[in-house]
Amino acid sequence: MAFYVVQFLTGLASAASLFLMASGLSIIFGVTRIVNFAHGAFYMIGAYVAFTLTERFSGALGFWGGIVAAALVVALLGVLVEMVLLRRIYHSPELFQLLATFGLTLMVQDLVVLIWGPDDLVGRRAPGFKGAVDFFGQAIPSYDLFLIVLSPVVLGILYLLFQRTRWGILVRAATQDRDMVAALGVNQKWLFTSVFAVGVFLAALGGALQIPRDAVHHAMDLRIIVEVFVVVVIGGLGSIIGAFVAAVLVSELNAFGILIFPKISIILVFLVMAVVLIVRPWGLFGKPEAPARRSPGLTVNPWRPLTSGERLASLAALAIAALLPFFVGNYALSVGSEIAIFVIFAVSLHFLMSVGGLASFGHAAYFGLGAYGVAFLAKMAGLPMIVSLSLGPLLGCLGAAVFGFFCVQLSGVYFAMLTLAFAQIVWSIAFQWVAVTGGDNGILGVWPDKWAASPSSFYWLSLGIAALAVVILRIIVFSPFGYALRATRDSMLRSEAIGINAKRMQWTAFVIAGTVAGVAGALFAFLKGSVFPDNMGIPLSVDALVMVLLGGVETVSGAVIGAIVFKAANIWLVSQTDWSKLVLGAFIVLIVVAFPKGIVGTLEALISRRKSASAKPLVTRIETAE
Amino acid sequence: MRKFILAASLAIAAAGFANSAQAQGEIKIGEINSYSLLPAFTEPYRKGWQLAVEEINAAGGINGKKLVVISKDDGGKPADAQTAANELVSSENVAMLTGTFLSNIGLAVSDFANQKKVFFLAAEPLTDAITWSKGNRYTFRLRPSNYMQAAMLVEAASKLPAKRWATVAPNYEYGQSAVSVFKKLMSEKRPDIQWVDEQWPPQGKIDAGPVVQALAAANPEAILNVTFGADLVKFVREGNTRGLFKGRDVVSFLTGEPEYLDPLKDETPVGWIVTGYPWYDIKTPDHDKFLKAYQAKFNDYPRLGSIVGYQTIKAAAAILTKANSTDPEKLIAATEGLSMPSPFGEITFRKIDHQSTLGAYVGKTALKDGKGVMVDIAYKKGSDFLPSDAEVEKLRPKD
Amino acid sequence: MSTPETLLSVEGLSKSYGGVHAVRNVSFSLKAGEILALIGPNGAGKSTCFDMLNGQNLPDSGRIHLLGRDTVGEKPRAIWRLGVGRTFQITATFPTMTVRENVQVALVSHQRQLFNFFASTPKFARDEAGQLLDLVGMGGYAERPCGELAYGDLKRLELAVALANEPKLLLMDEPTAGMAPRERIDLMRLTARIAREKSIGVLFTEHDMDVVFEHADRILVLNRGSLIAEGSPEQVRANPQVRAVYLGEGLVYDARHRDGAHA
Repeated sequence: MAFYVVQFLTGLASAASLFLMASGLSIIFGVTRIVNFAHGAFYMIGAYVAFTLTERFSGALGFWGGIVAAALVVALLGVLVEMVLLRRIYHSPELFQLLATFGLTLMVQDLVVLIWGPDDLVGRRAPGFKGAVDFFGQAIPSYDLFLIVLSPVVLGILYLLFQRTRWGILVRAATQDRDMVAALGVNQKWLFTSVFAVGVFLAALGGALQIPRDAVHHAMDLRIIVEVFVVVVIGGLGSIIGAFVAAVLVSELNAFGILIFPKISIILVFLVMAVVLIVRPWGLFGKPEAPARRSPGLTVNPWRPLTSGERLASLAALAIAALLPFFVGNYALSVGSEIAIFVIFAVSLHFLMSVGGLASFGHAAYFGLGAYGVAFLAKMAGLPMIVSLSLGPLLGCLGAAVFGFFCVQLSGVYFAMLTLAFAQIVWSIAFQWVAVTGGDNGILGVWPDKWAASPSSFYWLSLGIAALAVVILRIIVFSPFGYALRATRDSMLRSEAIGINAKRMQWTAFVIAGTVAGVAGALFAFLKGSVFPDNMGIPLSVDALVMVLLGGVETVSGAVIGAIVFKAANIWLVSQTDWSKLVLGAFIVLIVVAFPKGIVGTLEALISRRKSASAKPLVTRIETAE
Repeated sequence: MRKFILAASLAIAAAGFANSAQAQGEIKIGEINSYSLLPAFTEPYRKGWQLAVEEINAAGGINGKKLVVISKDDGGKPADAQTAANELVSSENVAMLTGTFLSNIGLAVSDFANQKKVFFLAAEPLTDAITWSKGNRYTFRLRPSNYMQAAMLVEAASKLPAKRWATVAPNYEYGQSAVSVFKKLMSEKRPDIQWVDEQWPPQGKIDAGPVVQALAAANPEAILNVTFGADLVKFVREGNTRGLFKGRDVVSFLTGEPEYLDPLKDETPVGWIVTGYPWYDIKTPDHDKFLKAYQAKFNDYPRLGSIVGYQTIKAAAAILTKANSTDPEKLIAATEGLSMPSPFGEITFRKIDHQSTLGAYVGKTALKDGKGVMVDIAYKKGSDFLPSDAEVEKLRPKD
Repeated sequence: MSTPETLLSVEGLSKSYGGVHAVRNVSFSLKAGEILALIGPNGAGKSTCFDMLNGQNLPDSGRIHLLGRDTVGEKPRAIWRLGVGRTFQITATFPTMTVRENVQVALVSHQRQLFNFFASTPKFARDEAGQLLDLVGMGGYAERPCGELAYGDLKRLELAVALANEPKLLLMDEPTAGMAPRERIDLMRLTARIAREKSIGVLFTEHDMDVVFEHADRILVLNRGSLIAEGSPEQVRANPQVRAVYLGEGLVYDARHRDGAHA
């Protein structure tokens, strides 16, 4: 019995750091609608700064003072980030802020290594909380008890802050209706800044408090960020109580789950989230989101098919790309193939995001399923390449059909998180089912048949399929289906009132996007000759999002440019420097600031403005609308 | 819009052209590792190979030609490692590929090497598959494998009186195969032991408190640990506080390597049986020479990664010198059965499975001046801890 | 000419939220070509009533017969398929499309081409879309981006969209809300003309009494969820209960206050 009590308390202690992080994230999201990917980075910086301070200043005061000071310092850093970066992009399309914070995260991962060195750092134990307390023969670390007490205290302080102060009331009001607070004459800028500071403070405090238990190192952020997102969503976005309950729930399920299924940890939170979202689509304590107001950046320029001149230009560009094998070497061709494959992947997600208004955070699942489909067919069934390549993507199609059905029942961030959960579940199957998938060692030897083996033939194959995918998806965008799908994104109310079954349209779009992603994955398997669980991991899903956002989510063809720019920059940087994350992150942040609608979106806006400044404003404007 | 494809491709192509010309009188080696993902392990590794390159060129290079190592980061992703391998082979025209740390990346590059018929010397990946079940004729491996490390630990562990054993390992191939080989070899030597619990925290994400509690609840007499890095730190801290290690024997993979032992500082657990690299206590002329040169160049002490990096390039140079060619077939012929000195003494690349006989040190952890060290150390030669040739033949596909 | 068919009949419709009766035992019917106004002070239950007719809200009890079918529990899109057009208090249109495309999407749905992946929507039923736009006087704006229309034009576009499925019944929730007075009258005259020409039944809620009394054939007055009066504009105007309800608000319609009076 004592054991179970202690295990329960241990779970509570684990919940503490999750809760600190999750509450901060939840507050920030609730008010600013920013999906703050950099929350983990602030957690990590909090730990590093606390390490430095607690090593420098001795004694109990040095330790506890150092922890609090670290959180304050990082909160100031957060204010700086909010004022310099985020303020510029609040009016960009939804999720664009995610891109900015993702760029920051990349930079921070390299920066901490530059500043604090590559070694894992182990800080000192908390003065007064070094030992353990005996509980009927079981030892409970006293620091655990401290953490167990701390999180309800923080919860209480936050509760008072929100219920009893003017600031708190404004924050709650803003969480429910942003525009109304602006209308009430509140200085929204400073409200956002202060909220961001509080959220970052909590994250940094969570990181700093890990010093006595954990090692401080440069991958700390990734270790926790996804799980924190999951906790926030399980609890219900914007709900502090929800974050608390979810953190406790997840930690306790893990603490007791490993007693029965020792391998459960790797997937547990995602399973919990999938179940919670299917049963309660707004999380445990969340409220149904008010019907989304039109996102502020939504274009007023209608999409239109290419003019014949533009079609010729595209064909010419394609022809030039097809001539490359006569001019460049094998490596460049392989890079070209890889870029072409990522163009396919990016346009598939773009179709779902831009036309369907469904931002998937787990799109890599279908890419990976396509890749594994090919690997199974080619390697295990020994089928020829052309057959595997045609049938492999069907696994992506199947996965999208099954998971998509559940996902499209939700919308917004909840949709995104359910796609993420399913992607992680698929990933963990590929990772764990060693007998079939080879686990993390993957499936090797999936090389193309002779006819496609040379870099130039494979390049032509990839380029051809990429061009085909872009063309087909464009046709669908302008087809009745595409318009009806876009109608559900533009106005759910109106589309329902003209007889459109939105869920069916979205589900179909999900399956189309999943299948096209599967095609990309299938080609990728042959390009690399192998498949790994990486092919369906979160980083790949994030890459796809970045490509779409970079190109411009409100354009028809932004994803093509986004994929080319991002992938080329990525490959080149990884090849040229070991600090590729720092440079790539800075590049993304710069683009976010310089091109607030994405590269293509901003170019279109510029051209449109210049043309409409000249004669015949109305007509010209329509012609350059895309 | 597709003009971007063109521009991007041309830029890449131009970069490729600029590098592709193989300078006269140079031999290039392409090196790939997870520099940005795992700097704690790859930084000492890089220093190691840099020292080796300097020494080799100071001694006249490879049959008079200057040795050049072109190093690429793989970001910890198999797909990126292959892109890097492709660039090194296609654009840089390297004579061979070396490096890699993670097992899946090692396997990906090994498969690439097999497909493109390029010589690959895997430096650090531990998976048994790379030389056995997924072995191929183009791939060799330097570092003692999972199996060898397990066998070295079993030799010591089987002498312990403990009969109830529990295991804790990261939940991926490395952890899984380390546990399974250890269990198999251990049960062969000690049929009387029982396996009472196993814990599989996700790599890099251990929730140490509950794991330690769960292990303690099974009340084992001894524990096998395979966690490392930050997971190990958390596991040790929780274990110490909760008294998990009191009165229990612990056997632990790799924990004696400075990369993993040093961060633990004064919290280093005492008396664990570990494999590792006690650089401060190895008193052989080969090692002294290496240690002095390393400390002189970098003003830092070596980690195990330094040894691996150093010896990888030393081995590559020995292979290239003997083959006196960059033809992969000649390189393979030169490597099979090739013996050479190393800081740990002479090693040989086995013909039968392309594994080197580099060994490891086994000892016990102890605390000295607030730092973790290995004591009672003994060098275990790799050749003594490999299965019989007949067994290896069965494990490895025919070339 | 035979008597016009009954498009809509509602019997004993009730809905309450947590003990508050939003709609109480409301019954009425609507014939083809008839224009029926549903009025009442704020919170009288107009919107709730409307949402139930439209399928967005489920009644606690009562029956709704639309075009001869019991539609309680049907989704809005199914009700639309029966031939019911709908406009909203705050316009709901597709801002990333041109004016014509807004209508074309409705035509796509009406012609059951939603899962057509190959045709070009901008070329789809172009003439029909043009005719609908002409009908509401928007023909000259067909190529304009919907997102830059003035509010009054959006309302007219919505009307064109609502007419795309050749409806027998139009449900219009405050069709003139947010418009300038001049535009209000224009829009309702247009609606009335189309309704009479095509023999479409119209049920609308409205706050503007000028609009109501000029165009409605019949008026239903709701107060606190219950129907308190029903009849021709004259009857309703004379009804003492209605006068009492509206007295405090100063909204009682008086012909003398209306400019541009006819007859």
